[in-house]
Amino acid sequence: MKIYKYGDNVDTDVIIPARYLNAPDERSLASHCMEDVDEKFASTVEMGDIIVGGNNFGCGSSREHAPLAIKACGVRCVIAKSFARIFYRNAINIGFPILECPEAVDSISPGDAVSADFESGVIVNETTGVRFQAAPFPEFINGIIEHGGLLKSLKARGVAK
Amino acid sequence: MGMTMTQKILARCAGLERVEAGQLIEGKLDLVLGNDITTPVAITEFQKAGLSSVFDRDRIAIVLDHSTPCKDIKSSQLCAVCREFAKVHNITHFYDVGRMGIEHALLPEQGLTAPGEVIIGADSHTCTYGALGAFSTGVGSTDMAAGMATGLAWFKVPSAIRVTLTGRLGRYVSGKDVILHLIGMIGVDGALYQSLEFVGEGVASLEMDDRFTICNMAIEAGAKNGIFPVDGKTKEYLTGRVDRPWQAVEADPDAEYTREITIDLSALRPKVAFPHLPSNTKTVEEAAGKPIQQVVIGSCTNGRLKDLREAAEILRGHKVADGVRCIVIPATQQIYLDAMAEGLVADFIQAGAVVSTPTCGPCLGGHMGVLSDGEWAISTTNRNFVGRMGPTSSMIILASPAVAAASAVTGMVTDPASL
Repeated sequence: MKIYKYGDNVDTDVIIPARYLNAPDERSLASHCMEDVDEKFASTVEMGDIIVGGNNFGCGSSREHAPLAIKACGVRCVIAKSFARIFYRNAINIGFPILECPEAVDSISPGDAVSADFESGVIVNETTGVRFQAAPFPEFINGIIEHGGLLKSLKARGVAK
Repeated sequence: MGMTMTQKILARCAGLERVEAGQLIEGKLDLVLGNDITTPVAITEFQKAGLSSVFDRDRIAIVLDHSTPCKDIKSSQLCAVCREFAKVHNITHFYDVGRMGIEHALLPEQGLTAPGEVIIGADSHTCTYGALGAFSTGVGSTDMAAGMATGLAWFKVPSAIRVTLTGRLGRYVSGKDVILHLIGMIGVDGALYQSLEFVGEGVASLEMDDRFTICNMAIEAGAKNGIFPVDGKTKEYLTGRVDRPWQAVEADPDAEYTREITIDLSALRPKVAFPHLPSNTKTVEEAAGKPIQQVVIGSCTNGRLKDLREAAEILRGHKVADGVRCIVIPATQQIYLDAMAEGLVADFIQAGAVVSTPTCGPCLGGHMGVLSDGEWAISTTNRNFVGRMGPTSSMIILASPAVAAASAVTGMVTDPASL
């Protein structure tokens, strides 16, 4: 696995530029993911890699195409100091793992091996051996994640038919 | 402890006596919105989940405004998906080319948003309707799909920053300068997960179009929503547009705020935001003289009649500078008609600007004004992120309609008062 580390305010326009929103299928989105901030990302990313971001990750447009693109690349999770709120809820709603943990972000370098357990929120920097605890999700949000996303959870509850 | 305006609306929609910051609730929606970019993704999710019907065909708005009139085959196919869905589900508020406008100018104009209502939209600038004392916030396509099916959404109750406005705006200073000033002060995540509640004696002097602009860019400070109290101007705006009953809220006197900010409107100068963050603000004096190649006047932020009046007042009798393209986009068909009736469209065209049908086009680098390598634009839109309006080497300065129009005349960032 590899780490892709970026700074603060990674916006959804650089995660997936608007010029590609006319083709919202997963493969197309994945092929242009992060293009305007990291040209090599889409051609080098592999299943299980992790994105590490600073504050306000995913700010800007509400486009769900952004977490969809990252998920379609095979990225295991995004660890950031904080998430912009629409990206945060979009990730949860599509069942894509995100972890908020400023200390882990500061500790992780691009060459490190990192493991993350989404359920417990435990992040381990295997290279340095340091362990971090991300903020746990409330029960309500865990329920959405456990069902694999918002619509599945609403169906399971019998709210959506 | 009391509740903020936002908390009171959220408590009501969740059927609760009271809520507090951080609480997760499920609330009833008055309106669910999507556009031609986000709605197709919502429709895919809706269908993938095997959902069969919408909760209320009168409480869904689908507006084809981003890539329309369609810029390419793929965009056209996405619009066709929206059209088909709207037809199958008999969606009352479906706005196609000819009736459509930029969603956040169109919905209030059409009376689809009212004080105290709860509105989600699969577009980040849905926070605009807080200008009317509504709770409205941007969400994603899955939220839109769930909202269309159930009429419900989950919310984390936000805490709030109280922004007290005093004094009144001077000449050539508008709502855009207020919100750019605030974002410059608190940063692009300064209100993350929070509400921005605007209060104070200065509110009364702000026109509705200024309030829409201010709430529109609450998201650019990371906020969940922006909201104004309802006053005489709000009621006047609603007259003839909204005939259903609505209920305004006021914050409790003992509501708790995480931060108090006061802005003296009288002291405010025109502001611009340099690349690549809306928080990278300068006064127009500090920025004056920076050459630009394109000017955009329009968008959900600044495409309303007051914006066009302010731009036309400056362009009237002047010419757009050589080497500058000036693109003016009235946000709705009604605004276009009003601008024509007032002679504003003639002012723009005689000055050498182009006037477009309503579209989000250039704001997101879609069409109708995409930049080339290394070009600089001054724009009344809301985001100046890397590559937002063209290649990654292109640059955007955010400004008010007055500053953008003055800059069109000189070809460089210009204080309207200096013309």
